[in-house]
Amino acid sequence: MAALINVPAKARRGDVIEIRALTSHIMETGFRHTVDGKLVPRDIITSFTCRYNGAEIFRADLFPAIAANPYLSFFTVAKESGKLEFEWIGDNGYSSTASASITVE
Amino acid sequence: MNVPVTRRNAVLGITAAAASLATPSILRAQSAGRIVVVGGGFGGAACARALKRAGADLQVTLIEPNKVFTSCPFSNEVIAGLRKMETQHFGYGKLAAEGIAVVAQAATTIDTQKRSVTTADGTAFAYDRLVLSPGIDFHVEALPGYDEAASEKMPHAWKAGAQTLLLRKQLEAMEDGGTVAIAIPANPSRCPPAPYERASLIAHYLKTNKPRSKVLILDAKDNFSQQRLFEKAWKELYGDMIERIALSQGGRVTSVDPATMTIVTEFGNYTPDVANVIPPQRAGRVAEIAGAADATGWCPIDPVSFESKLAPNIHVIGDACLGGGIPKSASAASGQGKACAAAIVALLAGRTPEPPRLTGICYNIVAPGYGFSLAGNYQPKGDIFAEVEGGATSPLEAPRELRVREAAEAERWFEAITAECFG
Repeated sequence: MAALINVPAKARRGDVIEIRALTSHIMETGFRHTVDGKLVPRDIITSFTCRYNGAEIFRADLFPAIAANPYLSFFTVAKESGKLEFEWIGDNGYSSTASASITVE
Repeated sequence: MNVPVTRRNAVLGITAAAASLATPSILRAQSAGRIVVVGGGFGGAACARALKRAGADLQVTLIEPNKVFTSCPFSNEVIAGLRKMETQHFGYGKLAAEGIAVVAQAATTIDTQKRSVTTADGTAFAYDRLVLSPGIDFHVEALPGYDEAASEKMPHAWKAGAQTLLLRKQLEAMEDGGTVAIAIPANPSRCPPAPYERASLIAHYLKTNKPRSKVLILDAKDNFSQQRLFEKAWKELYGDMIERIALSQGGRVTSVDPATMTIVTEFGNYTPDVANVIPPQRAGRVAEIAGAADATGWCPIDPVSFESKLAPNIHVIGDACLGGGIPKSASAASGQGKACAAAIVALLAGRTPEPPRLTGICYNIVAPGYGFSLAGNYQPKGDIFAEVEGGATSPLEAPRELRVREAAEAERWFEAITAECFG
């Protein structure tokens, strides 16, 4: 499944808007063992970034204690029409992106 | 108790109550006591009955506003058109004939100092011990847009009765090719597997009558009880007719708009033709009136005696109590009712109640002649009930014969539990 994004399609200039982002990921902690005692290697998302027309407005570092399918919700001020870009980076070269448009009136 | 012994109910967790019935001379209350039971569902009816049978000199009063009880178990069959509503109705006549004072009023105030319950008509009932079995109410604040008026357009059908029939009517009126959405809340909630049984039986109705239609489940949970059995049955019986959007796929419903028939989730909007919105729940209102509900909306109890941790001389049973590992079900409620009765008899006699061993049994019917089940055993551990060994779930791989047998067993279970509580 691709990432899920919820950005209001329209907002008035100056509105505080909620942005939600969820991506499917196993978030394997690296602390678990298989039945035969082998360590299950860590496989997590380590970083999430959101850019609004190129400018970073939100960033989060993620750690092994965060559950599978991390869901982030945050707020920003609707300043101008344009694009919100989302990026997830993780172990084993994991990388995923998504984007959404917003019209500010 | 004239319960027919079947393989399933042979292990029903009535050990504590059964012991008291087997040895009435020891456990019978030393002095008469006044016990008021509020709520006449499976929990309250089982408790009132067990109390009266354990001690003929006990004054047992059952306060329940409805003159006729409507059973939630098997109401999904009514929604799917497989069963008549009348078969869900049970009266309190037999309980009254056994010497239980049945009062058809709503309990409106509870004075824990004076130990008195007042009903809507102003009558006061004094008690030594009060048992609350109020079932559930809805957490309206937890689902913006969903109120009583909304439930007339987007029925919950999570309390059996008019709502059950309303959902049935909407399904009948829907055109072929329509979508039926079922919004499912997070746990704790009444009968956790029941929404999935409902989805199955609605799919059965649609497949037989409106085969181009769909069932869309919007779920605030990622995993659910007997999930693999359900999903296997859905594939076998209904192909891709049932679509489920789980929590991690954005399925949690955050608000509804009945004017536009819109269901809003964390990541999308849906406008189904029929919207069965099951809202988040809490203990029945009377628990709050009594001061027995905590911030979660449910009632913490001592699992040995079912005594409230918050209000003195009050016991809470059934869906309303925080039972830990025990799913909120009719089976659990009636088992708790009987165990609570045994505890009250012991307490009135100045003895320490024995820790009960409870069993919950849950049958799911996914199509006529296709059933499976989950049975679990539970014992007090600290503040809650913990599951102990001896439970069983139907096997994932099984001949159809077994599913047929379990569907028939489910009907016998229903006959047995309703006979035990009301018959």
